[in-house]
Amino acid sequence: MLYREVGQYKTSYAADMAIFPILQDRIGLAAILLIAFVVIPLVGHDFLLNTVMIPFLIFTLAAIGLNLLTGYTGLLSLGTGGFMGVGAYACLKLTTIFPHVNIVIWVLASGLFSAAVGVLFGLPSLRIKGFYLAVATLAAQFFLEWCFIRIPWLYNYSVSGAIEVPLRTLMGIPVTGPTATSLTRYLIVLSIVVVMTWVASNLVHGRIGRTWMAVRDMDLAAELVGIRLLRAKLLAFAVSSFYCGVAGAMMVFLWYGGAEAEVFAIDQSFLVLFMVIIGGLGTLTGSFFGAALIYILPIVLREIPAALGLPVHPSTVEQLTFVIVGVLIIVFLALEPNGLARLWQIGKQKLRVWPFPY
Amino acid sequence: MRLKHLALGLAVVTAAPAAAATAQAADGLYVPLFTYRTGPYAGSGIPVSNGLADYLNMLNARDGGIGGVPIIVDECETGYDTKKGVECYDSVKGKNPVIINPFSTGITLQLIPKAAVDKVPILSMAYGLSASADGNLFPWIFNPPDTYWDGAAAFIRHAADVEGGFDKLKGKTIGLVHLDAPYGREPIPLLQALAKDYGFTLKLYPVPGAQMQNQTALWLDVRRDRPDWIYLQGWGAMNPTAIKEAAKIGFPMNRLVGVWWSGSDDDARPAGAAAKGYSSLDINAVGSNFPAIQDIIKYVVDKGKSQVASKDKVGENFYDRGVMMAVLSAEAIRTAQKLTGKKQVTGEDVRRGLESLNITAAGWKALGLEGFAGPIHLSCADHNGHDAVALVQWDGTKWEKQPGMIEPIKDKVLPLIQSAAEDYVKANAGWPKRTEACDKSS
Repeated sequence: MLYREVGQYKTSYAADMAIFPILQDRIGLAAILLIAFVVIPLVGHDFLLNTVMIPFLIFTLAAIGLNLLTGYTGLLSLGTGGFMGVGAYACLKLTTIFPHVNIVIWVLASGLFSAAVGVLFGLPSLRIKGFYLAVATLAAQFFLEWCFIRIPWLYNYSVSGAIEVPLRTLMGIPVTGPTATSLTRYLIVLSIVVVMTWVASNLVHGRIGRTWMAVRDMDLAAELVGIRLLRAKLLAFAVSSFYCGVAGAMMVFLWYGGAEAEVFAIDQSFLVLFMVIIGGLGTLTGSFFGAALIYILPIVLREIPAALGLPVHPSTVEQLTFVIVGVLIIVFLALEPNGLARLWQIGKQKLRVWPFPY
Repeated sequence: MRLKHLALGLAVVTAAPAAAATAQAADGLYVPLFTYRTGPYAGSGIPVSNGLADYLNMLNARDGGIGGVPIIVDECETGYDTKKGVECYDSVKGKNPVIINPFSTGITLQLIPKAAVDKVPILSMAYGLSASADGNLFPWIFNPPDTYWDGAAAFIRHAADVEGGFDKLKGKTIGLVHLDAPYGREPIPLLQALAKDYGFTLKLYPVPGAQMQNQTALWLDVRRDRPDWIYLQGWGAMNPTAIKEAAKIGFPMNRLVGVWWSGSDDDARPAGAAAKGYSSLDINAVGSNFPAIQDIIKYVVDKGKSQVASKDKVGENFYDRGVMMAVLSAEAIRTAQKLTGKKQVTGEDVRRGLESLNITAAGWKALGLEGFAGPIHLSCADHNGHDAVALVQWDGTKWEKQPGMIEPIKDKVLPLIQSAAEDYVKANAGWPKRTEACDKSS
């Protein structure tokens, strides 16, 4: 009813090619941004900000990063956890060596180190594809993890072997460290994620994105039409690792406030990969849906018995959560193998022609 | 349409924790317990969690709480996962917890900087950061009765005693089989320092968490290196595997000593008679032959309010470890009530209570736990005690306490703790200076 484009005439090619061609979509996006930037900070308490929103946004960014590689370029990677770790450790070293430079700059700059490492481990992708590439990136994951544990220089020789996040301020307001409020950290994470999503959206809708998709759909054909595979694939690895690196740096500096190498283990790679697959390969909205389903759903499920006052033991709730999330993943994938983003698209399409079936 | 969905989803997310928060607002001492009964470390986590919860529930049922104020026991499942532990912390900190037991070294490391900001005392009993024993630099963190460095030093003293003196350690090889996590790496700096001082060679055998049940290759290395002693700092499924593998390669069991977290009944039991002679450091007594533990059986277990699988699990080594954690928490609250004269104490009061905590041998007896543990005396500067530890030995079916207590090598440990604490503060720019006053009694 409300969601209908009747009467919206396009008078230029630009308007016709817009990412959000329908007015209601643009209003919806504005509303989401308004909620994220104004409503949530106003009503949000520590739990919502620190446990739900900040991790959700960080995982979304990591999922976008992997989606650029796996969804858009078709290169399967299991090294996400390792690349996130490179970002986190690079950020720690940078802020230790240059403590007076703004931490937000270092969070973004640490992505460059991640990108460099990503390119290095992306080199085999020129010769191997599919599952074989997954195994090659798995090697990256294990090698990087080994470095995080065995090279004490990376964690500043701290006794615990963990990253300890120092206090850093932005215009006098603490941003990292224990005194930073969750609101400050949330707003910084949100801004970074919004800007980087916008950049990613422009990338995938432009020439670079089209190159990647051509490589994904058939690399031989792509080569024949003049795409240089070396450049395209390595660029995909670089950009993807950049996103993952920034996500990793934010994870440690703006969410955990300290972390061990274990955080960047293979589980993390799988978690992000599942987010991408369930959200939808090759879509940016899917990264948001996937992160929400995998990360927020268990938290909501865990709170339900307590909110209803049911006397269920926390460990039982935990087991039930595993079961329910697992079942839901299968249900969603069975309903729509192309992920939640596709479901969302179908839903929108149905609304447009409602009440007619097609 | 989509807005409606979004608003609905948002409402669920915001309302759920808020509803939980109001449910907890009733009068009482809110004691969240971070426990784990799921995941790869559940084997070690379950007995401790049971002892911890059951003792506090027993106080509620028997005495109506502490000083007449009921304890609100709230378990939060962490799965020994640091991420979930921090999530637990965020979800409980709005409910005014009076004391927090993180029950994981990884989670403790995350909470150390937050405790001072949120004014919540952290009791990491015999785990956590060794350096946090320094009360002047870490006023909110407590890790009695021993740090991991005390444990490792006590092990070295025990080895020296058996070998016939510290000078006999020269030229010996001592191995450390440890979980490759902050917990397992804790004793390394101290052992390295002692290796230099006493002239023994230290060999490290790290066990990655993912491979805790697959240690065959590691023990082949052990067989090649032929260490004279092995110190085991393992957790969860790693412990029984290590003990079984040690038995398999024929390592002399009386030369294998575990830290107090490697001394669960379930750690030694799978190897059965082959584990005979394996010993573990210990900080609490074993068994259910104490009036207070009998009260737990009477008021909690028999009433079906406990999570224990069967009654004979009550009194196992790790169950009693959980009870000890609960006793220290409860006594800190009681001391805080005495200090302040208030019944409904806050986290800040309990921090003072912990600094004045003094459980003498007579005090343990009054609690119905005579001889359960050594005297515990904390002070403003010393948040640990560095007390002597016991040694228990597996006789094939159960733990046998060995005569005598082992003193940690204090003159080696204390200076290291001091310098490590200072390093930690230096590395964390902007670490708050202690502003909390010391009580006279502490």
